[in-house]
Amino acid sequence: MADKHTVLKVENLSVNYGYISALEGISLHVDQGEIITLIGSNGAGKTTTLMSISGLAAKAEGTVWFKGENITKMAPDRIVKMGMCHVPEGRKIFPALSVYENLIAGSLGNPSLTKNRIQELIEEQYRLFPRLKERIGQAGGSLSGGEQQMLAISRGLMMDPDIVMLDEPSLGLAPIIVEDIFELILKIRDMGKTILLIEQNASMALSIADRGYVLENGRIIMEGKGRELLADPKVKAAYLGA
Amino acid sequence: MEAIRQYYEKYKLAVYLILFLISVIVPFAVEQALILRYICTIMMYATLAGSLNVINGYSGQTCLGQAGFFCIGAYTCAALTKNVGLSFWIVLPLAGILAAAVGLLVSLPTLKLSGIYLSIVTLGASEIIRIIAQTWTPVTGGALGIKQIPYPNLFGLELFRPKYYYFIFLAIGILFLFVTGRVLRSRVGRAWMAIREDQVAAKSLGVETSRCKCTNFMYGAFWAGIIGAAYAPFVNYIESSQFTTDTGFNVLAMVVIGGQGTLLGPILGAAIVTVLTETLRFLENWRYVIYAIIIILMMWVRPQGLLGASDSILAGGKIRRKQDRQEGKRK
Repeated sequence: MADKHTVLKVENLSVNYGYISALEGISLHVDQGEIITLIGSNGAGKTTTLMSISGLAAKAEGTVWFKGENITKMAPDRIVKMGMCHVPEGRKIFPALSVYENLIAGSLGNPSLTKNRIQELIEEQYRLFPRLKERIGQAGGSLSGGEQQMLAISRGLMMDPDIVMLDEPSLGLAPIIVEDIFELILKIRDMGKTILLIEQNASMALSIADRGYVLENGRIIMEGKGRELLADPKVKAAYLGA
Repeated sequence: MEAIRQYYEKYKLAVYLILFLISVIVPFAVEQALILRYICTIMMYATLAGSLNVINGYSGQTCLGQAGFFCIGAYTCAALTKNVGLSFWIVLPLAGILAAAVGLLVSLPTLKLSGIYLSIVTLGASEIIRIIAQTWTPVTGGALGIKQIPYPNLFGLELFRPKYYYFIFLAIGILFLFVTGRVLRSRVGRAWMAIREDQVAAKSLGVETSRCKCTNFMYGAFWAGIIGAAYAPFVNYIESSQFTTDTGFNVLAMVVIGGQGTLLGPILGAAIVTVLTETLRFLENWRYVIYAIIIILMMWVRPQGLLGASDSILAGGKIRRKQDRQEGKRK
């Protein structure tokens, strides 16, 4: 990447759920235009990391910097306005609203968008996800799993974010659809967005990522280039089943 | 179904115009004042149920205390027109604003509460409001209520016949439907629906859920206050027992029967429940048992309400199920 300035920086972040500590002082940074992936098994703290970055979970300790501003204590809606998009785990589309209404709902968090810009963004989603255009009047809940995931991602893109944080986009999807989704992630990066990707599907995630972090029991135990981690015997043993 | 929809889309404006003309002719066609009063009552409840529907149907918060906001509107109107001598037309918006202010107060717990706990808060608030009305004698007349509420005056014309109230309720109803229709398509309305569908997802999209829930409560309370203010001179006598939680549940029944989350559902619900109330009068208190049975049956057979099918024209016809779409393609 030519432009190497840091968009998102997390320092010494800890999160507790009651007496249980979910994250114990993790630090990571994401540079402009990168795809960064955070891999780890169930309960490692991946989702918690995202939730606390976007302000949906309370932080016990640490600071989060976004575009040079301290967003540690900021409300989630203000974080969204700054250009951070969080596509939550399990898709969480609005089942009773139509695909179009789901997309419009994505633009709610960014009041600076004009009507024309929203229309442009919708056209952009159609280009990225032609399937959604076919289903525009349909209820979100009637889409297939893969389509719902695409809807969730494009709904997130409707706020015109700078960084997109995806929480397990491959969850519960057929392998062939997962490949589609990962191709889309590359396309979104090529549109100039920065991506923080959380995955259990480590091999797929690491193969597209610029850099990766391995999370275990609330701590980052390894970090490095995507390819390097993919070849690392420890990662292989733990996450790739080889 | 598809054919009807296309027909409707084509002649939408004509349909509205014809409906409007019919509704204007009705009071001149109906001779008996009593029947006209029934129709007025239906229209009044339709807007009241509509205002509750904004809270229950569009933002998914279960409010059981709509009778309280209704009560505030009615007493504001009665007290200000009778004791202070203000004009009805000034009091009307004032009643709405006051109800909205109390709505804000009631909605503050919604920042922390949801589901059944929130419902209990609204239920309690409704009773508190009624008991204040019952005991604050200098202003509300205490248990005796307020009698002989002045009739509204429109350019020297004293509005006391049911026919006039018909037009007042019609105007308020149309205004309510129009404004609410616009609001629901705005950022705020879409945020309400996003919260109804999935609060965490709404938050992750940057919707200020707490503020939106408050404005939602205030908006619902505002219209309940307005309709309460129009109700006071219509019945000409108000006392606190007209605003018990029974009234609240009655309105809730209308919303549930008609279909939550549809603009026209509450109107149908109001018509059904009011007609039932009148025709089942001979059963006395047993008719509440019938309501209960109807609500249980509705929840069982058609939980989305009579008009709640998301593919029906009346529900907006915007959302189609996959099946319908494929059927439509085959034709």
